[in-house]
Amino acid sequence: MTKRLVTIGNGMVGHRFLEQMAAKGADWELICFCEEPRVAYDRVNLSGYFAGKTAEDLSLVAPDFYKDNNIQVHIGDKAISIDRANKTVTSAKGVTISYDKLVLATGSYPFVPPIKGNDLPGTFVYRTICDLEATEAYTKDCKVGVVVGGGLLGLECANALQNLGLKTHVVEFMPRLMPVQIDDAGGATLRQKIEDLGIGIHTGKSTTEIVADEHGRVHKMQFADGTELLTDTIVFSAGIRPQDELARQCGLKIGDRGGISIDDNCQTSDPDVYAIGECALYNNQIFGLVAPGYRMAEVAADRLCGSEANNFTGADMSTKLKLLGIDVASFGDAFGKTAGSKVIAIDDAIAGTYKKLVVNQDGTRLLGGILVGDATVYGTLLQLMQNQMALPPHPEDLILPPRSGVSMAMGVEQLPDTAQICSCNNVTKGQICAAIQDQELRDIGSVKSCTNAGMGCGGCVPLVTDLLKAELKKAGIAVNNHICEHFAFSRQELYSLVRSQDIHSFQQLLDRHGTGRGCEICKPAVSSILASAWNDQILDPSHVSLQDTNDSFLANIQRDGTYSVIPRIPGGEITPEKLIVLGQVAKDFGLYTKITGAQRIDLLGARVDQLPLIWQRLVAAGFESGHAYGKALRTVKSCVGSTWCRFGVQDSVSLAIEVELRYRGLRAPHKFKSAVSGCTRECAEAQSKDFGIIATEKGWNLYVCGNGGMKPQHAQLLAADLDKETLIRYVDRFLMFYIRTANRLERTATWFNKLEGGMEYLQAVIINDSLGIAEELEAEMAHQVATYACEWDVTLKDPVKLQRFQHFVNTDAPDPNIVVVAERGQNRPVFEHERQLLQIDR
Amino acid sequence: MSQTESINSTIQQWTTICPLERILPNTGVCALVKDRQIAVFRVGEGTDVYAIDNYDPFSKAYVLSRGIVGDRNGIPKVASPIYKQNFSLITGECLDDLTIRLGTFPVQVVDGQVKVSS
Repeated sequence: MTKRLVTIGNGMVGHRFLEQMAAKGADWELICFCEEPRVAYDRVNLSGYFAGKTAEDLSLVAPDFYKDNNIQVHIGDKAISIDRANKTVTSAKGVTISYDKLVLATGSYPFVPPIKGNDLPGTFVYRTICDLEATEAYTKDCKVGVVVGGGLLGLECANALQNLGLKTHVVEFMPRLMPVQIDDAGGATLRQKIEDLGIGIHTGKSTTEIVADEHGRVHKMQFADGTELLTDTIVFSAGIRPQDELARQCGLKIGDRGGISIDDNCQTSDPDVYAIGECALYNNQIFGLVAPGYRMAEVAADRLCGSEANNFTGADMSTKLKLLGIDVASFGDAFGKTAGSKVIAIDDAIAGTYKKLVVNQDGTRLLGGILVGDATVYGTLLQLMQNQMALPPHPEDLILPPRSGVSMAMGVEQLPDTAQICSCNNVTKGQICAAIQDQELRDIGSVKSCTNAGMGCGGCVPLVTDLLKAELKKAGIAVNNHICEHFAFSRQELYSLVRSQDIHSFQQLLDRHGTGRGCEICKPAVSSILASAWNDQILDPSHVSLQDTNDSFLANIQRDGTYSVIPRIPGGEITPEKLIVLGQVAKDFGLYTKITGAQRIDLLGARVDQLPLIWQRLVAAGFESGHAYGKALRTVKSCVGSTWCRFGVQDSVSLAIEVELRYRGLRAPHKFKSAVSGCTRECAEAQSKDFGIIATEKGWNLYVCGNGGMKPQHAQLLAADLDKETLIRYVDRFLMFYIRTANRLERTATWFNKLEGGMEYLQAVIINDSLGIAEELEAEMAHQVATYACEWDVTLKDPVKLQRFQHFVNTDAPDPNIVVVAERGQNRPVFEHERQLLQIDR
Repeated sequence: MSQTESINSTIQQWTTICPLERILPNTGVCALVKDRQIAVFRVGEGTDVYAIDNYDPFSKAYVLSRGIVGDRNGIPKVASPIYKQNFSLITGECLDDLTIRLGTFPVQVVDGQVKVSS
């Protein structure tokens, strides 16, 4: 007969436990009591409930999860007694259920300090959605709210009250905020940041009484120091106490200050009863974080499924949080309690950050630390601490902003073999290196497929690539950066050869520096270099054979061999007359139309013989090539800016048009995009572009090297509050510097990530002209701007060039293979299975 | 090659498709010869010409004449403009997937005219 397992409590940990049991396919009849009227939800993000999240948003239980896994949940029914002798549980609704094994996941309850008036109408606790609903209902007419407790939960609660629109105060008994996690200096930084948000902070306050108004409702708080604070409501969030009442009643072993005692197996003093989560006491410690609770759930589930593999051995209380939007992290020995330990701390009152490292006596190992205001290095520091890695000679560099020319990134060589590189598939450095050595892997693709590293989110691929390079270097295998078999040079080297030796054709370059006939890798790359250097027309006879089909037909090839047409619409601004022309052309040629992500209009499905006819009409109407087919500037997106918008501070549309017209047609190692926003609301999304411009009260901020698409990356501020002339000068220099130095098909973001010295170096080159090349870069750009010509306009005027726009060289017939079907009122190419249905022969 | 030879000896019907100068050096054109789409490539500046199927079996589109012409280890080849697989102009073999092989056709330049036999 199937044995029965009863779980009491359906909070985050109780639910995780049931998930684990279901995942292990356990042969148990699973029954759960849930006191609250709803199943498990995300208590950690409870304050989101007042920021627009619904109870459904917070729910952790997938719809039908319990039904699908045959788990019986008694919702809204509290277990009120346990009979260990007869092995039964009885609930408030009178249900009695026998068990073979019992799991207590009863959680904790909020601690309410014993203060006179702590039960007046208008006082609340902060634990459940029911608590929030009650608080929300009461505070509809309130203006001021006080949170008692300045710890982690208290600050979360303050966030909730602020979201409710109350003037919020935090009252803390201890002399600083978050006394358990951070020290005095960190507390002061945090206090300043929270006060800046308009929240009142009152530390070192011992409340003596809560005084009611004439209606008997909360009115004010009186403190031991004689001061008082007027308020309409009070929420207690001053810590938790383990919910161990049931366990006490049935005589399980309880700690002196509460909590159900458990061992490494999460078993209580009764081997048939387990306890997990905040109700459990391990090694005289209650774990008030969710991660250790989840860990206990896994251990208990393992045991009940017959596995001895895992033990609960306590938990690292290291934590990184965002409280009220402020980074706070505390890890390891944050207070320097280890004998002989030393402290390095940087208290930056200007940036509003506090960073502290606790190191061992000789400064070689990291023991712990505190970060307030900026916790970006938390991951690195935790790796250093957990792996007991040797600290660099100047450990303070770890928490200082990077110095000029010094890369802060940890080299892969320094990581221990146990370091987890791919967190999606749990692959360590040791496993990757072993695979590279044993299976003689030579490229990133085989490393990925053989180890599974980088096959999840892909975020670790740069790290895996670095590992591969390091391993190959160690094995003495040369890693060359030659562009292909025809040139033993990198793109950057070819670029400088072309310029310095005044080379104007692929054949010249191949004769002097290459071998063979070239290929689809080097030909377009050299063509792009020639265009960046001399701006000759790409369809000139000496260049035409170098182009990818997109460039050679000035349109983007689609899966059926037809092309799409994207005319330039500078800044996304277009007159009604021009819109009508686009619509009419699309209609006349049966083209599918779609708005692109770059504020332009795509006309798809043009046959190669139709392209010149379409462009005759477009050029006549004043359109020009949009270069959507080229590795070139695509668009400069804009918001309407001060022209229309009530928030706009500058004319973003005019600037976007000017910038787009300046850089149109400029060939680069890869496509590049730009945007101009008229104010800090950033509606044009300039920070996701290769270069983005955002208006300020005083001028323009220039951001560079952002990227959307496959691997999004925010652009970084290169220079602030520029006038327009300086802005254009910097963009000229930036683009030309990128064109000179980037690899083939390398977007600005990737290029930037490899740039030694990062932003400080780029600023030195662009702003301070540290390489002495600014004048050259500007002159090169000036040449580009002066020699621009619309490629379609030039092509239409040349009958020889137009000869190529024909599918067959020996007949005017179009490609008979192109077949379209209608969908939502437009044409699209058929799919293969439809060809069979339509009985179309090839 | 044996197939090409047999076609050569038995049929030998040549279709003139265009003057040589219509094919720019190191590019291709597509010809319709007896309802078959044939991609004809001119390698280098002279009369070195090749003919293979215009059909790209990977994209299932007739586009190979628009690919970039080049060489791999000295073998003249074209890269599909859609997914970039390479095909030998001599044998029609896909150099990136040896299970795929395109048809090849006899081609010659006579008196400045490109002629294909199919």
